Amino acid sequence: MIRLEARAEPSKLMGFAAPVIALLVTLFAGLILFALLGVPVGKAFYAFFIEPLSSTYGLSELGVKAAPLIMIAVALSIGYRANVWNIGAEGQLILGGICGGAVALYFYEVEKWYVLPLMTLAGILGGMFWAAIPALLRTRFNANEILTSLMLTYIAALLLSLLVHGPLRDPDGFNFPESRLFHAAATLPIIFEGTRLHIGALVALLLVVVGWVLLSRTLLGFALKVNGQAPRAGAYAGFTQNRLIWFSLLFCGAAAGCAGLFEVAGPIGQLLPNISPGYGFTAIIVAFLGRLHPVGVVFAGLVMALSYLGGESAQISLNLPVAVTGVFQGMLLFFLLAADVLINYRVVWGRRGTAGRGASL
Amino acid sequence: MSPESNMFVMIALTIISAATPLVYAAIGELVVEKSGVLNLGVEGMMLAGAVSGFAVAHVSGSAMLGVLAGVFAGMLLALIFAFLTLGLRASQVATGLALTIFGIGLSALMGQALIGIAYEGIPSLNIPYLSDIPVLGPLLFQHDLLVYGSFALVIAVSYFLKYTRAGLIVRAIGDSPEAAHALGYPVLRVRYLATLFGGACAGLSGCYLSMAYAPMWVESMSAGRGWIALALVVFATWQPGRLLFGAYLFGGITILQLHAQAIGINVPSQLMSMLPYVATIIVLVLISRDRGRIRKNAPASIGQAFHPTK
Amino acid sequence: MFALPILKTARLKKVSLAFAAVLLSLSSVSVNAADPVKVGFVYVGPVGDHGWTYRHDIGRQALEAKFGDKVKTTFVESVPEGADAERVIRKLASDGHDLIFTTSFGYMNPTNKVAKQFPNVKFEHATGYKRADNVSTYSARFYEGRAVIGTMAGMMTKSNIAGYIASFPIPEVVRGINAFTIAMRKVNPDAEVRVVWVNSWYDPGKESDAAKTLIDQGADIITQHTDSPAPLQAAQERGVVGFGQASDVAAFAPDAQLTAIIDDWNQYYIDRTQAVIDGTWESQDVWHGIDSGMVGFADYNASVPDDVKAAADVIKEGIIDGSFHPFQGPINNQAGEEILAEGEVLDDGVLLGMDYYVEGVQGSLPK
Repeated sequence: MIRLEARAEPSKLMGFAAPVIALLVTLFAGLILFALLGVPVGKAFYAFFIEPLSSTYGLSELGVKAAPLIMIAVALSIGYRANVWNIGAEGQLILGGICGGAVALYFYEVEKWYVLPLMTLAGILGGMFWAAIPALLRTRFNANEILTSLMLTYIAALLLSLLVHGPLRDPDGFNFPESRLFHAAATLPIIFEGTRLHIGALVALLLVVVGWVLLSRTLLGFALKVNGQAPRAGAYAGFTQNRLIWFSLLFCGAAAGCAGLFEVAGPIGQLLPNISPGYGFTAIIVAFLGRLHPVGVVFAGLVMALSYLGGESAQISLNLPVAVTGVFQGMLLFFLLAADVLINYRVVWGRRGTAGRGASL
Repeated sequence: MSPESNMFVMIALTIISAATPLVYAAIGELVVEKSGVLNLGVEGMMLAGAVSGFAVAHVSGSAMLGVLAGVFAGMLLALIFAFLTLGLRASQVATGLALTIFGIGLSALMGQALIGIAYEGIPSLNIPYLSDIPVLGPLLFQHDLLVYGSFALVIAVSYFLKYTRAGLIVRAIGDSPEAAHALGYPVLRVRYLATLFGGACAGLSGCYLSMAYAPMWVESMSAGRGWIALALVVFATWQPGRLLFGAYLFGGITILQLHAQAIGINVPSQLMSMLPYVATIIVLVLISRDRGRIRKNAPASIGQAFHPTK
Repeated sequence: MFALPILKTARLKKVSLAFAAVLLSLSSVSVNAADPVKVGFVYVGPVGDHGWTYRHDIGRQALEAKFGDKVKTTFVESVPEGADAERVIRKLASDGHDLIFTTSFGYMNPTNKVAKQFPNVKFEHATGYKRADNVSTYSARFYEGRAVIGTMAGMMTKSNIAGYIASFPIPEVVRGINAFTIAMRKVNPDAEVRVVWVNSWYDPGKESDAAKTLIDQGADIITQHTDSPAPLQAAQERGVVGFGQASDVAAFAPDAQLTAIIDDWNQYYIDRTQAVIDGTWESQDVWHGIDSGMVGFADYNASVPDDVKAAADVIKEGIIDGSFHPFQGPINNQAGEEILAEGEVLDDGVLLGMDYYVEGVQGSLPK
């Protein structure tokens, strides 16, 4: 019989070893999966984990894919620590894209330095505005933010569709649902020439630092953490529950809105009916995979981004259907999440141990 | 039957078929959450149920076997979730989302051989005399069994939670697992069972999609209904009766906005498509103002891992 | 293959552009006979969508059947139109694909962007309008098919109401609605077309709901510009008839499907691959219709009366020999004002960007 026994304190060693163990288990499970499907195992692993990282372009794409995930996940993890269940970051991202993109199109004739900062500001404000709705409804009317933020995501997607099919579409584009391409002053500077890695990646890292300082060095961070454990305790630090809700949601709205603007002003370069492949939802996994810690989020974001790039490369080099990559990605996440148990618990064999301590699996 | 009453009946029938999958998925999740567990993987479990139900019904020719297979598939995915979150204390929110990714992929993989295959669907009930009554006949006595099942299930869950001892235990565990544990109740076992029940219901919901609503298999055919179901549980403030209301409100507005479009209303279709979401938010705001009542129904320990030693 | 020298030029910028150019031209003279031609496909949906992507994948399979070992095909499915598309297209190009088909409108800018970086890879973008020396565009005149089924609808409706389930208000879809309506009213001036937008390319449940809605409002003909067979299934269940979209879905609606418009990319894909093998591929803009077989039809249902079949065949033949055009004047707008005089024909430019309804369509198109 296998049992779990609580550790006296979290294991530092396991904090690092757990992801490695998870990866090994994933390799083993993947071995079985790919063998069952008749896919050459070595090639599959190469395609998933090595190939995307084997060129500078691949590495830069990893950054392109991970940057929005990390930006949003850092902000989400702060909110989740305070038990504010914003699951509508996707909608906040879309609003950021809409508002920032609209500014770019408004200044279509103007190629000045201030266009991009204005767009960024509009994107951030757009995301904050969308996040302010659930904050207001929660604090003023007690409406649960899980529902409101999720519903607002659908509304945001439809709003974007409406605008791109109508007022914001390219006047010279034969009425197809796309905006004009943004000009150079309205697109993000690239870090490495020849790639798509834009300064959004640096902003994401900056946000990680901000998040870390906020959580570990400020009173507000303290209040957010204790609020998650005992809602009234936050008040002792001088922050009411409502203020923490407002802060969590607005902070996330700002981060998601900025990420959305970076997508349209970066790799996409225009407004489209779809600007995000679900970054706002994926970032929720990233936040928890990173154990709600800004630094953990960086690694989690990179792993998650790699799993998408690996899925694409497996489709191309092995002709695997996208379904297989989904199954594999799901397995990888299961193991990564499950392995964290080793940080707080010890796996014990046999039936010994104090009765009542530990639950059997 | 007059044309008007006929149209009324037909619209009602369409709303019922739009709401039924939501009712199934949501009522299952309601029980899960009442026990203090938050499983965001409803969409994935629905799809597993949809593909399994369709496949088995197609191969065996038996709708009954198909539904059983769908239920079983939903439970199997729920078991993965339960093992990870209850057994290994993994984060419920993240594991649920991972389960969605896994379920979408797995169902698509399993369904590859089912593309282009037609299935006549679960037959509707036809009770002599009763089904022929004007208006009431088609409204009450001409559905497939899954529609009746959804109502029965809501009533049963409502009764279970309110009036049975087992239901009381589920609620107690959801509110305070520590206290329930101290009283000697098996917290983890109950949560396992509740999670499996949620999986079974999501599987049923999937079966309704692929075997009755639009009898076919298409990848990701649930098209976000699992997420709506999750929102409906919150909307219902964890009360089965309100959940039924919410599902029919959402389904009803979805259908009515289609009717408004077909009549030729002069509003962009995207705005019309927003209506069900907007309405759900507004109604939630209206019914959420009574803080005390919500606190009474909301499971206090939702989403938090529980370890008996704590 | 092609991609390698290009990658090298990127890395060895300092060395010599001329040297690189020699490398490039050497590698692109012709495809080595021993090497299979690699053809890549980028799909917007899953191959099992029963509609748009499904038909493109049938085309890919036809390619493999035709050329056997001489080609190697790759596809990437469910690629979102957005930042991911460029990476996938670029990856296909740098992996040594000689010919890449990108099969959704939203891939237009990414395709052209990647094409600039890979001048020796040939690109084919479906339904777009931006071309380059190594980027062709191709599309099908599905509106010709709509004129055929519109004619049948006009003759077979009893309620004079046809229901049209539409996805997104893009010119392609609007063009189809108008072609259908004009043809329907030509044979039946009292007919009207009601449109429901579901804001999705495929969501079987919602498509089914939309079909039922239209049927409840009196439509006895159902047609669609969405992917799944669900609307026809609903038609079958409620005892009305309609037309399949993109592929033959008679299996799902044996009585309800009168015929179906079929997207047939097979020949086009074969021809273009042959051109790459022969070294004769050139950038072009193709908008083929019934005459080339790109727009095909499923067999008529046994229930279709002979006079309806005959009328439909007349339209088909007229379109093929050029004596009939689906957008032939007089055409009125929704207010009943003439927008195209008798004898005139709308040109391709207007058709490409069509954003208004003609007389007989209920409701208005958001601007």
